[in-house]
Amino acid sequence: MLDGFFASGVVQNALLISGAAAFLSGIIGVFTVLRGQSFAGHALADVSSAGGALSLLLGINSMLGFFGLGLLGSLGLAGRRRGDSDLAAGILLGAGLGFTALLLHFAVSMRGVSGAAVTVMFGSLFSAPPGAGFLVLASACVGFLVLIAIHRPLLLASLNEELAILRGAKTRLLAGLFLVLLALAVTLSAMSVGAILSTALLIGPSAAALRLTRRPFAAMALAAILGVACSWGGVALAYASYNWTPGRVWPVSFFITACILLTYAASSWRRA
Amino acid sequence: MSLSVSHLSVRFSGSDVLRDVSFSLAPGSFCGLIGANGTGKTTLLRTILGFETPASGDVRRPGAVGYVPQKLQIAPDMPVRARDLVELGLNRPRFGFSLTSARRRARVEEMLRSVDALSFADQRAGELSGGQLQRVLIAHALISGPQLLLLDEPLANLDLRAAAEIVALLRRLARQGVTILVSAHDMNPLLGAMDQLVYLANGRAASGPVAQVVRTEVLSELYGYHIDVIRVHGRILVVAGEAGVPAHDHEHVAAIP
Amino acid sequence: MFAPYLLDGWIVATLVALATGFAGFFVVLRREAFAAHALPMAAFPGAAAAALFGLAQFAGLTAAALFGVLLLLWLKRGQRNDAATALALAALLGLGALFLSLSGRYANAVYGLLFGQVFATGPADIPPALALAILVPLTLGLLFRPLLLGALSPDLARLRGLDGAWSNVAFLAILAMAASFALPVTGALLVFSLMTGPAGAACALARSPRAALLLSIALALALIWAALALSILTGWPAGFFTGVLASALYLAARIRRTARPARQSRGSV
Repeated sequence: MLDGFFASGVVQNALLISGAAAFLSGIIGVFTVLRGQSFAGHALADVSSAGGALSLLLGINSMLGFFGLGLLGSLGLAGRRRGDSDLAAGILLGAGLGFTALLLHFAVSMRGVSGAAVTVMFGSLFSAPPGAGFLVLASACVGFLVLIAIHRPLLLASLNEELAILRGAKTRLLAGLFLVLLALAVTLSAMSVGAILSTALLIGPSAAALRLTRRPFAAMALAAILGVACSWGGVALAYASYNWTPGRVWPVSFFITACILLTYAASSWRRA
Repeated sequence: MSLSVSHLSVRFSGSDVLRDVSFSLAPGSFCGLIGANGTGKTTLLRTILGFETPASGDVRRPGAVGYVPQKLQIAPDMPVRARDLVELGLNRPRFGFSLTSARRRARVEEMLRSVDALSFADQRAGELSGGQLQRVLIAHALISGPQLLLLDEPLANLDLRAAAEIVALLRRLARQGVTILVSAHDMNPLLGAMDQLVYLANGRAASGPVAQVVRTEVLSELYGYHIDVIRVHGRILVVAGEAGVPAHDHEHVAAIP
Repeated sequence: MFAPYLLDGWIVATLVALATGFAGFFVVLRREAFAAHALPMAAFPGAAAAALFGLAQFAGLTAAALFGVLLLLWLKRGQRNDAATALALAALLGLGALFLSLSGRYANAVYGLLFGQVFATGPADIPPALALAILVPLTLGLLFRPLLLGALSPDLARLRGLDGAWSNVAFLAILAMAASFALPVTGALLVFSLMTGPAGAACALARSPRAALLLSIALALALIWAALALSILTGWPAGFFTGVLASALYLAARIRRTARPARQSRGSV
């Protein structure tokens, strides 16, 4: 069976997408948790879902849609002050989700993309178009390179903003750049496990890594490794599930999310 | 006897917050509970109310006790008017909606008038100034007719004029027979009104008339190091350090807030 | 607009809006926005499981939502860890995806449970909705004073003999029921909008608790009726109108409130 697994083009694509997504999300996720911007990640995921639906409707690459709207979301978030209430943010996100509902409806009714809701919200790694893997990998590399370029000032600004300003870091620019990177991470996660579960891929491995080590760079490496392990484990399990319930493959995103949850639980126990 | 506290000790996670505190208040008296921040004033009040269990000691209090807490979880956009806040102080009904009868409304009006809060009765509680909110909370506590009223740092965030007005209000209530126990970290706004005070330091208390308690010997014994009590223009200043130390030697002189 | 086959949908939606408008007032008052967000997500796998195992939908929904309450209470008891909470919710959603995919109706069911399919309701859905529309106002009405005073000051509530712990659990349980019944109407992702949009607007516009409660119910009804009517007219999903109109309503109320300066008090402080 293993031969079939690695030889399959569909599986190779899935491994590439999920691996690259987990790699970037793990690293960016650590920054997100350190900066206390988990809610921003969640908000961007909701907003991106409308983009995913839009791209299905227009027939363009879903990464473009996710990322496009994610960028818009970043702009909106950048203007938000710390004091703004969660209630207001939640209600406004509802409008975004309403648009997702509308666009998905159009995608199904006007373009006949019957699995639109599933693809956008829960991901469909095994149905990803061939070649998507390379696009995701390339994007992850670009994101990673940008991150390498700014990682020192960004880390300083994330841990101690006032000190960073004193040292001459342009914190506003860094904050904006980070939101763009966050939008990218959310986009790639959404390509892997769908918009709804992308937060798990973003936060889960990072939170687990931070429970295991206090050093930021070690945590990032660990988060990337854990994320990739969970993702590939999920792909493998989903592939195997074909034999458990004949004719039906269990959703990959379920397995990936379950693996992430178990990893986080394990990391908490170790701490306790 | 309106309130009697005897040999009260309260412990939090292994450390003694209050040790062997004793005092009693006669009905209609006005007592200040004075101490710096963190000395256990709130703990003492909460123990009197029955919210905390003492490690040892005894509290005897009247059946109906009113309480004005230090903080309220109120936001400016909460749909609660001053009037509604006062109405919530009524005991009946416990559950369900209260059909606003004329009698209930009259009672709420009466309370609002007695604390001079009628002019802002219909404003949102979250939009009131510090002094206004204190009055409303006092009305809320009074509407059920308590014999004892406990206030936790009501003057803390008020300007001098607002503080004076609250003290005058409380003094009026004391004369009407309500026993008042007010906690504060600065005793000066209360000086003209207090019949007695309870001074907390180091978890221990000294109680009695102001002239008897606020003295160098008494407070030094409480604090465990030398305390000086300075009277200036009818105000009392409590400072740590030795009398006779040169004024420019600042290391030895530190005012206790 | 009111063709016979649509009538069930209108009735169920009305009953649900009644209950959620009532509950939503308390959600905004007690600042439990997160619970309103999380409980529908916890109910989602319940509906999915019901679809998979052929059970009645509201049974699965209710059981899952009540489980969600236990989860919330458990998470709150430990330090409320944002990561743990987010992961727990994600796991529940993933579980729902699993059930739906196994049931063979993956694509349709996912859309319906996430964004609502109000006109897929039938006559069998009316009795449970009616029970909800009676139970929620009854229970929360009884708990009006404890919940209100408890939101302002747990100490003062305690002094009045209104136990905070039990009323909080009861409130969350009722909220869970309201959320699970609202799910087929608006979908798991938009229950929050129906619950908090009208209520948030009402709290901004009305000054007394009773007025805000009545306004919340009225606005929730208006919202759902508008969403249904527009959906029938345009053929677009009702969920879209729910989300967008709820936001518009809330924004309008907040703008109105900041535009009107707060009445200045006269005289003494």
